[in-house]
Amino acid sequence: MAILIDEKTKVLVQGITGKQGRFHTQQMLAFGTRIVAGTGPGREGEEVEGVPVYDTVEAAVERHGANASVLFVPAPFAKDAAFEAIAAGLSPVVIIAEHVPLHDAMEIMAFAREKNAVVIGPNTYGICTPGKCKMGIPPNTVFTPGPVGVVARSGTLSYEIVASLSAAGLGQTTVVGMGGDRVVGVSFVDILKRFEKDPETRAVVLVGEIGGTAEEEAAEFIKQMTKPVVAYIAGRSAPPGKRMGHAGAIIERGRGTFGSKVKALQEGGAQVASMPWEVPDLVKRALA
Amino acid sequence: MKFYEYMAKDVLRRHGIPTPPGRLATTPEEAEAAAREIGPVAVKAQVLVGGRGKAGGIKLAQTPEEAREAAKAILGMDLKGYTVEKVYCEGKLDIDKELYLGITVDAGAKRPLVIASASGGMDIEEVPEKAIVRMHVPVPWGLSPYMGRQLARRLGLTGSLAGQFADILSKLWDVFKAYDAELVEINPLAVVGDRIIAADARLNVDDDALYRHPDLPRVSEATELEKKVRELGLAFVQLDGDIGIMANGAGINMATLDAVKHFGGEPMNFLDAGGGSAAEPTAKALELLVDKKPKAILINIFGGITRCDEVAKAIIRVKQEKGIPMPMVVRLVGTNEELGRAMLKEQGIEAFRSMAEAAEKVVELARGGANG
Repeated sequence: MAILIDEKTKVLVQGITGKQGRFHTQQMLAFGTRIVAGTGPGREGEEVEGVPVYDTVEAAVERHGANASVLFVPAPFAKDAAFEAIAAGLSPVVIIAEHVPLHDAMEIMAFAREKNAVVIGPNTYGICTPGKCKMGIPPNTVFTPGPVGVVARSGTLSYEIVASLSAAGLGQTTVVGMGGDRVVGVSFVDILKRFEKDPETRAVVLVGEIGGTAEEEAAEFIKQMTKPVVAYIAGRSAPPGKRMGHAGAIIERGRGTFGSKVKALQEGGAQVASMPWEVPDLVKRALA
Repeated sequence: MKFYEYMAKDVLRRHGIPTPPGRLATTPEEAEAAAREIGPVAVKAQVLVGGRGKAGGIKLAQTPEEAREAAKAILGMDLKGYTVEKVYCEGKLDIDKELYLGITVDAGAKRPLVIASASGGMDIEEVPEKAIVRMHVPVPWGLSPYMGRQLARRLGLTGSLAGQFADILSKLWDVFKAYDAELVEINPLAVVGDRIIAADARLNVDDDALYRHPDLPRVSEATELEKKVRELGLAFVQLDGDIGIMANGAGINMATLDAVKHFGGEPMNFLDAGGGSAAEPTAKALELLVDKKPKAILINIFGGITRCDEVAKAIIRVKQEKGIPMPMVVRLVGTNEELGRAMLKEQGIEAFRSMAEAAEKVVELARGGANG
């Protein structure tokens, strides 16, 4: 097992005829992802890397039973594309684009909530179940199958930590990039819940960073988890972020800092690495 | 993108929210003329940071002459790193009570959040939790007028004041929606006799939505360097140290700063060359870094979409064309890493595989530079 996606996931690529869509379709196929169709409005009948292209998500679902979608659609069109995927009942819906307007993101998440769809992103590298399925853009080489679930906010730092786990012989069940934006689909807690239930996942790595309060919320949930959690929080030495104003300060109320996150996670029972390269050792110890 | 107070007020006014009369002035004489027209005024520095009052950026003037003197004192002053170029001369209010009203995005809830308090004004951050009233706005329906009435009641407002408050909230919501705002805020929202007036205003528009608002003025709070970097599609933040840092991705950048600190070094900057950047922006970013003359440079690249040979090519090009006079440490792993490292080696540039080793090395080199 794995969470959210596996070898049975029938993936649709929205925006498959664009440069990014084309390139990453090839990469995902090489990874073993079962891509059944793509969309490119006005391009029905074409093929990309042998994958049939349709004008609409609906057609791709009817013809090929696609049940999950990854969007290579530019930010201004991401909302419409995500709505189309969610309306067609697909889940997860992975939104790679960065710079999706905040108000659009809130609307996407509201629609997803109504339709019970899992949205990953926007501004994410995607999700990967090593050996089975990859929806998104991470490099194919860093992953290995194994017992560790990974959930992170930022891209390259995820690769760094996943690669270090792989190098230490610690493979992964599923690696989830939540996305770097303020409003994203899944939260740490959503993913931790799934890892907690997944029989193959034996330990979880949480990669967070300063800002927002998602890590503090995760810390609350970790208290009730039976599986060990190892965390790393980036930004110990970063200057205090440019606050968006009073309202931001009122919402966060002293949370959102490096110190508050580490403290909360430790109190929640997580092992917190002070440097990224300490993560594999802590995971090994947790699994021993 | 943040709006200056005078611009935010203009938006509120056009949406029917009461504001005091005001004029923008860039010289003491203009301030004097404004006061002649308006009467007693508050002369307020127009900068994009909060806490102006405490920092001496707001002065009251009873007469036009006083307004001129106040403007003279404020114009050109340095306010939290920003030089004051404009003042807003605004009709003075005899405030009976200061409220707070704001709408922002609650990222955790993925919904807009209305925040209000019966004790507004300065130090709103310090107001106790129980004095703050919050209400999420459902997406996609938006704010209903009843929410304003409910909030007014919870703030203890009654009668006409409650009605005015609810009306202002509805209009503020219109602004929030119409401008793709991430924050719109009135603090203080002033009770003046039997009226409620927006005495200060903030409006921050979502940068990612600016394409939908071609008619909005563009306001930049970035330094010249930050602007230049942004044009290249990179992100730069100046820090206090002496080790120049560059990495691809925001998270790994922060981790790189942490690593340098961990080994006792002081990072000079945060420079994100982008998670998927190619040779061109990498070279531009590095040139920029060299120009800032750090004691040493650390480049930390985890090649995903970015190919290590492309990164190596960029580094070599900058070295050959521009010269890199300070010691430089490169950490290069990921796609095509063997090729990239071999290319660098030919040029006599060390490339590490481990982030820890690279960070330790650059700190050592920066120290060596300090002693020699």
